[in-house]
Amino acid sequence: MRITRTRSTGRGLITGLVTAGLLVSLAACTSAKDDDTTSGGASAAVTAGTDGTDDGSTLTLWTRAPLEKQANLLVDAYNASHENQVELTVVPNDDYVAKVGAAAGSGGLPDLFAADIVYVPNWVKQGLFQDLTAQIDALNYKDTINKGHLAAGTQDGKEHVLPFVLDLSMLFWNKDLYKEAGLDPEKGPADLTEYVANAKAIQALNKPDTYGTATGLNCGGCLVFTWFPSVWADGDQVMNPEGTESLLASDTATSVYSAWKDMWDAGAVLPSSKDEAGPTWTAGFTEGKVGQMLYPATLLSSTTGFDVGVAGIPGPKGGASTFVGGDGIGVSKDSTKASQAWNFLSWMMSEDAQVEVLAKDNDVVSRSDLADNVYAQKDPRLVTINTVAGQGDTPVSLNFQQAFNAPNSPWLTLVRNAVLGDGSSVDPDNDEITAVLSQ
Amino acid sequence: MTLQTARLAVATSNKRTTVSRLRGWVYAAPTALFVIVLFVLPLILVFRMSASQWPLLAGDQGINLPDNYVNAVDNRFFWDSVRFTLKYTVLATILLITLGLGLAMLVQESSRWKGFLRTSFLVPSALGLASASLLFYVLYSPLAGPFAPIMNHFGWTFLGTPNAALASTLFLIVWRYAGFYMLLMLVGLQAIPSEIYEAARMDGASRWHTFRSITIPLLKPTLALTTILCVTGSLLAFEQFYILTKGGPDNSTITVVELIYSVAFQGQNDLGVAAAISVMVLAALVVINVVQLRAFRGSGEN
Repeated sequence: MRITRTRSTGRGLITGLVTAGLLVSLAACTSAKDDDTTSGGASAAVTAGTDGTDDGSTLTLWTRAPLEKQANLLVDAYNASHENQVELTVVPNDDYVAKVGAAAGSGGLPDLFAADIVYVPNWVKQGLFQDLTAQIDALNYKDTINKGHLAAGTQDGKEHVLPFVLDLSMLFWNKDLYKEAGLDPEKGPADLTEYVANAKAIQALNKPDTYGTATGLNCGGCLVFTWFPSVWADGDQVMNPEGTESLLASDTATSVYSAWKDMWDAGAVLPSSKDEAGPTWTAGFTEGKVGQMLYPATLLSSTTGFDVGVAGIPGPKGGASTFVGGDGIGVSKDSTKASQAWNFLSWMMSEDAQVEVLAKDNDVVSRSDLADNVYAQKDPRLVTINTVAGQGDTPVSLNFQQAFNAPNSPWLTLVRNAVLGDGSSVDPDNDEITAVLSQ
Repeated sequence: MTLQTARLAVATSNKRTTVSRLRGWVYAAPTALFVIVLFVLPLILVFRMSASQWPLLAGDQGINLPDNYVNAVDNRFFWDSVRFTLKYTVLATILLITLGLGLAMLVQESSRWKGFLRTSFLVPSALGLASASLLFYVLYSPLAGPFAPIMNHFGWTFLGTPNAALASTLFLIVWRYAGFYMLLMLVGLQAIPSEIYEAARMDGASRWHTFRSITIPLLKPTLALTTILCVTGSLLAFEQFYILTKGGPDNSTITVVELIYSVAFQGQNDLGVAAAISVMVLAALVVINVVQLRAFRGSGEN
C-alpha cells in the first residue's frame, strides 16, 4: 500500500513538472536573441541596380494561406523565366504573425515575406523590412503603384514595401437569385437601404437554405474589410489620421450597424454568420446560397456555376468604396541576398507579371496604368474592380491587429453588441477601441 | 612502513570513490543535459522574460520588473479567464473521473463484449487533441457539418452561446479522454486482490457497500493520480478552445493559456506580459499540486 502510494505521488509530481515545463516552453518558444534585432526601424538600405541580380541564387518567400493561389502563380512564373529560384512557404493565416515574430526574434526571417497590409506599419516600425527607397524611386512607373500599400510601408519618408497581392472588398450579387426575386440582375443596390431591401426580397423567396446576405460576425478581419468601406463611401472616416482614435460611433457608422441589425432581425442573414470566425465566411455565397454579399474580389475566379454582378461597396447614403487590403511584400532585415530579392520584386511589378500572371488569372493589378489591360477588357467586372481600387482606402494604425483583427478585439465586441444585441453600447464600446489604439 | 601502506590504501580508496563518482555523473549526464536544455533553461528564460520589456517583434528591451505583472493582472480578460478556467477544470475533472471509473467497472466485468468495449472506448485516445478538435469543428459547423440541417431547424448551434460552447467542448474532451482515464482506473481496479471481494461477498456485503468500503479506499492511489493529471491538464487547456471557439462567443471561453497565447501572438504581441502570466500559472499549479498531494496523503494515513 505504502509503496503504491509513494509511486503515484511521485508520478503526480512529475506530471505536474512536465506540464509546467510544456507551458513554459509554449511561452518561450519564440525566445528572442536581443543582439541581432533592430528595434527602431534603422534597417540598412538595399543597394542594387534597377533590376537587381539574377545569378541563380535560391530565395525564400513566406506568405499566408489566403493568398496561396496568387503567390503560387507569381513564383512559378518567376522560377520559369529566371536563374534565381524562389522557394515559397505558405503559412496558415492564424499562425502567420506568431511565425514571423518568432523568426524576427531569432534572426531567421526568409529573404522575402509578405504581410497583411494592416500590419505593415507596425512591422516596418519594428525594423523587419529593409529600406527600398532608392530602388522604388528609380521605377519609372512609381506614380502608378497602389498608393495605399506604398503609404502603409513608408516610415519617415523611407519606402519598405511593395504591393504583393491586392485584395479588395466588393459588393457581389448572385444574378440568378436576383432574377428569381424580381430584382434587376444588372443593377446592384445603390445604397445600404436598397441593400437591405434586396436582402429581404431574396429572403422572401423562402427557398430552403437560401439567404439574403451573409457575413462573419465573429471575424474582426472580415468585418473591417467589408464594413469600413460603407463608412468611407459616405465620406466619413473610421479613425483619425494618426490611427490612435476610433471614430466608429459616428452617425454613418451607427446607420451601418442598424442596417445590419435590421437584416439580422428579419432573418435575412445566413444564420451561421453569427458564429463565423473566418474560415468559411465566404462559403455560402460561393455555393450560390446567398443573394448578395460584401466579398473579397480575389475570389471572383472561384464563383462559378452562377452569374455574378460586381460593384463598389455603398454607404448608407450611396457612393462606393472599398478596403484596399491584401498583402505588401518587402525584403527582410535578415536577408543577405537583397539584390537578388529585389530582382524578384522588380519583376513582380513589371507589366509581364502584373498583366500576364495576375490579370490573366482575374486578379487585381497593383499598377493603375495597367488597370485597363487585355484581360480586364474581356470582363467588365474586372474594370469595375480596378476602377474602384482607386477610390478605396487602407487604414493605417500601429495597434490595428489588437484593436480589430484579434479574436477578442473590442471592435468585435462593438459589432456583436450593435447587431446581435440591442445596439445601446456603441459609445462605450467605441471608447474601448480608442483605448487600445492609443496604447 | 605500516604508515605508508595505510596511506597508500587511503589513496587507492579515494581514487576508487572519485572514479565511481565520476562514472555516476557520466551515467546521469544525458538525462541531466535534457533536463537542463529542455526544462531549466526555458524556465530561466521565461522568468527573465517576465521581468523584461519584451515585444514579440523587437526582442529584449531591458528589465521593467513589476510592470509586466501589473499589466497582466490589469488585462481586461485576466479575471474572466481565471474564472472560466477554474469552472472548466471542475466540470472536466468531475466528468472524466466519474465516467472513467464507471467505464472501467463496466469493462472489468467479464463479458462477451469486453474486448470490443475496451477498444472502442480507447480508440479516441489515439487521436491527437488538435486533430480531434478539428474533427469536432466540422461536426459542430452550422454550415458544413452533418448536423447543420437540425441546427437550422431549431435555430440553435453547438458553439453559439457561452453555455453551449462550454458543453460542446466538454463533450469533445470527454470523448477524447474518457478511454484514457478508463485505462488508468482499470489498472487500479485490477490491482485490488479478488480475495477481498470474495471475503466481502461471503460476509454478505451489498454491491454498493463493496464499492464504497473496498473499491474506493483501495483505489485511492489511482484516484489521486487521475485527479492530479486531470486537474493539471484542464488548467492548461488550450487546443480545444483555440480551435473550436477561439475564446468566443463574446469572449466567454478564454482560458488562461489562451490568454497567454493571444497576448503573445494575437495583437498585443508582448512576450513580457505573456511570460508574467505563465509564471503566475506555474506558481498556481505548484501550489494546487502540493495541496492535492497533501490531501490525498493525509486521508490515506487516517
